[in-house]
Parts: sequence; structure tokens; C-alpha cells
Amino acid sequence: MRILTFFAVGLIFGIGISVSGMANPAKVINFFDIAGNWDPSLAFVMGGALLVTFFGYGVVFKKKRPILADEFTLPSQHGIDRKLIGGSAVFGIGWGIAGFCPGAALPALGTGNLDVAIFVGSLLVGIAIARRLQAKAT
Amino acid sequence: MQDVMILTEFTPIASLLGGALIGLAAVGLMLLHGRVMGATGILSGVFFPISSSEWVWRVAVVAGMLCGPVIYLGLTGGFPAIDAPSSRWALILGGVIVGLGVTYGSGCTSGHGVCGNARLSPRSLAATLTFMLTTGITVYVIRHVISGEA
Repeated sequence: MRILTFFAVGLIFGIGISVSGMANPAKVINFFDIAGNWDPSLAFVMGGALLVTFFGYGVVFKKKRPILADEFTLPSQHGIDRKLIGGSAVFGIGWGIAGFCPGAALPALGTGNLDVAIFVGSLLVGIAIARRLQAKAT
Repeated sequence: MQDVMILTEFTPIASLLGGALIGLAAVGLMLLHGRVMGATGILSGVFFPISSSEWVWRVAVVAGMLCGPVIYLGLTGGFPAIDAPSSRWALILGGVIVGLGVTYGSGCTSGHGVCGNARLSPRSLAATLTFMLTTGITVYVIRHVISGEA
């Protein structure tokens, strides 16, 4: 039962990505192509998601704990460092090249599209390399 | 690198609705389980698990995500459009670069862009502004400098 709630949340996310148009790299790239065929749709995806999450979180964080867990597990890192900014800058370069970001590509994988599978496979290689490098550095 | 420029239609209603559903999922995961709906963290946790309990829930979320387009297919009669304007090599290169970036940056569009910004996290705002900027620059360079399209 508990596991089904996780599945349901993923499913809603996956339907949201499908409906929003975020699964389509052409749409994503056209959002950033202000000097070309600008498609502002992505701003509406982010706007809709942020609006619901901002007000939803506002209600959720008034509670002492989540319904099915003992505590809220929130990112523990604080402060804006070189790693955060450098990593995010690199992510943007890759997003601009491929047109897929991880959250859009995962649901898109469910269509069986080969381009998405190639992207996700490469994404995992990148994550594996970064984890290896980080483990060496510490 | 991007061989074709594909025109896309402006879809404010569908995009707003889809975005709201993404937000609903993020709120649901926090309300039920106190977890952040970040695709980077969830995907990393599936392939590089810390413990079996931390693994199982992430697999369930990913399984749900994968079924999203199938429900969409049932409702609309077609899968969502996926037109990659990039070559296969660009998808591979972009994928590896995204993997490196999101791991060092501790998140992506969903984790920082949606969940972090909704919590008014200064880290997420800084991350989001940074990747939006570099994505924009990258698209500009590929489309208007390298490809030389007007």
C-alpha cells in the first residue's frame, strides 16, 4: 500500500510532464531560443508547478511530520558554493545541447523513444563519472 | 549540432495544467513521505543505492513516472510529442554533461527549479538562475553562432 503511494506520485508527475510539453526537447530548446522561434510554454510549466508547490508546501510544512514518514527529509547543504554554481552551469550547457533534463526524460522514457533512451543512458554515465570523481576527492 | 529547427506551438493551457500536476506530485511526495521530488536524486538513488529501503521507494516513483505517458496515451490517443532537434551524438554528449552537472550541482529543474524554489531556498534560486542562463547561452551559440541561422 505504502509503495503504491510512491508509484502514484511518480505517475502524476509523469502525466504532468506529458501534458506540459516538457518531454519534447524541441519545445524546451525553443523556449530558450528567444532570438529565434521563441515558444514561451516552458514558463507556464514552471509557473504552474511553482505556484502549486509553493502554496502546497506552505500547508504541508505547517504539519509536524509527513503522513507516512517520521520526518521531513530536506537537503542539508547550506550556502552557495563553487560546486553548486559550477555544477548548475555545466548542467545548463548539457540541457542546451540535448534539450532533455532528467525530470522530463524519465517519464519520456515510458514512450519507448530511442532518443530518450540514449539520453538517459548517457545521463547515467555522467552521474557515475561525477560520483567516482567526488569519491576520489574526499 | 542541432540539424533541424522544429517549430513548436505555444501551449499555455496544457503547459500550465501539466505544470500544476508536476507541482501536485511534488506536494504529494512531501505531504506523504517528506521527500523532495527531484529527478536527479531519485534517479541516482535507483542506480547508486545507499540502502534497500532508500532504493525501493525511488524505484516505485520512477515506475510511476514511466507509466505517465501511457496514461496520457489512454486519455488522448497518442504519446506526447518528442522531437529531438539534436543529433544522436549531441544527445550522448548532452546526457553525459547533464549527469556531471546535476551531480555536482545537487539537483536539476525539478529539485532546484520547482521544489527548492518553492521552499525559497537561496541555493536553489542561485542554481536555477545559473542553469537557465547557461542553457540560454548554449542554445544561442548552437543555433545562431555555430549553425549560423538568423
